[in-house]
Amino acid sequence: MASAEKTIPSDKELVSRVRAGDEDAMGALYDRYSPLVYAVGLRVLADTGAAEDVLQEVFMQLWRNPARFDASRGSLGAWLAVIARNRAIDALRKRRYESDIEDVVVSVEPDLASDFDRSRAAKNVRDVLNGMHPAQREALELAFFEGLTHTEIAAKIGEPLGTIKTRIRAGLLGLRKALKP
Amino acid sequence: MNVHSRFGEDLALYALGTLEGDERVELEKHLKDCADCRHELERLRGDAALLALAASGPAPPQRARGRLMNAVTREPRISIEKPSTRRISLWSQMGWVTASAAIVIAAFLWRTDASLSRRMTNLEKEFNEQQTELQRAQEVTAALNATDALRVTIVPPRAAPQPQGRVIYVPNRSSLIFLANNMPALPARRAYELWLIPSSGSPIPAGVFKPDAHGNATLVNPRFLRRGETKAFAITVEPETGSELPTSKPIMIGTGA
Repeated sequence: MASAEKTIPSDKELVSRVRAGDEDAMGALYDRYSPLVYAVGLRVLADTGAAEDVLQEVFMQLWRNPARFDASRGSLGAWLAVIARNRAIDALRKRRYESDIEDVVVSVEPDLASDFDRSRAAKNVRDVLNGMHPAQREALELAFFEGLTHTEIAAKIGEPLGTIKTRIRAGLLGLRKALKP
Repeated sequence: MNVHSRFGEDLALYALGTLEGDERVELEKHLKDCADCRHELERLRGDAALLALAASGPAPPQRARGRLMNAVTREPRISIEKPSTRRISLWSQMGWVTASAAIVIAAFLWRTDASLSRRMTNLEKEFNEQQTELQRAQEVTAALNATDALRVTIVPPRAAPQPQGRVIYVPNRSSLIFLANNMPALPARRAYELWLIPSSGSPIPAGVFKPDAHGNATLVNPRFLRRGETKAFAITVEPETGSELPTSKPIMIGTGA
């Protein structure tokens, strides 16, 4: 399996081909990351049509501006996931795209290029979330998947603002530590 | 990681896009100046991205792939890509209108630079030509002024040597060369003075000279102020310091050919 993993083209190589206008490379990247992007859109929007629109939008942005992804700064999968989440939140809150795709730099250590890496990382994340204090996990998910501000979260679950802030930061750092090799 | 503790929690909220109001404004201001916090923000975004991995669900429908690939085929790639950004980039903050203006300015500066280069090349060429011309002029002047030069006046056979002067004058360059030979010896503390006689007005001093032992003299570009049309040149005997106006009658006079 390890040898098979090594033969797959890297994200960097595929993005480089996309920059040259290679449609097949675009198709390969879609096959690699569309489940992740679609899942994020669906989780946020709970609407398959709207999630498809986010999927289309995110990959068309990649096609139009592949140079926006800086391979030296992080994985393409993480970048697409953040872009998808931001677009989905914008759609959910019926607001104009506030998050410019060009502005987002995502630094993430796990390489998500292979199915194996993505599956392993997904399992690790679920394990960390399952082990998290429910209140902390709730704050994290409300912020990420529903795009609520800390003020809105505090009002929704009846906790002080400072507590929500602390929980969100501690939750993110917990994910980081859990995924360290 | 030296992240300023007061911004730690705000950075996490900002990474999730959920920080608002004054806190957001203050943090964005801080981010512009703090590389550590920018780096930490990128890592927190990475952490947040991992949350997306927890979002499992059905695969996208097959039609979604067809829709995307059709759109890709219909929309040929722009041949000139926008420059890559590493973080919240100046380019994106400026907006593409401003960026376009910057590109126009860059093009202008490039053209200006090219123009300056051409001008420099021309100036250098001009300078070299002038250097060559100056060197030749200096050689001519040195020959004219040389004390050891052989000066020969050619006259008909058996004719007695006569005092002779030759002026070469180029008015629009204020350039004047005067050569004299067979000039009679001068009394003590006296000198010859060359005069430019204009069409109207007083004679203009054009140089004082004393001939050598053989009666030869040379003047090259003496300093004088030219006024009006030149009618003739004349030579008088003056005090050796020269005069502003002739104090004696001309001993030699000549008009232009």
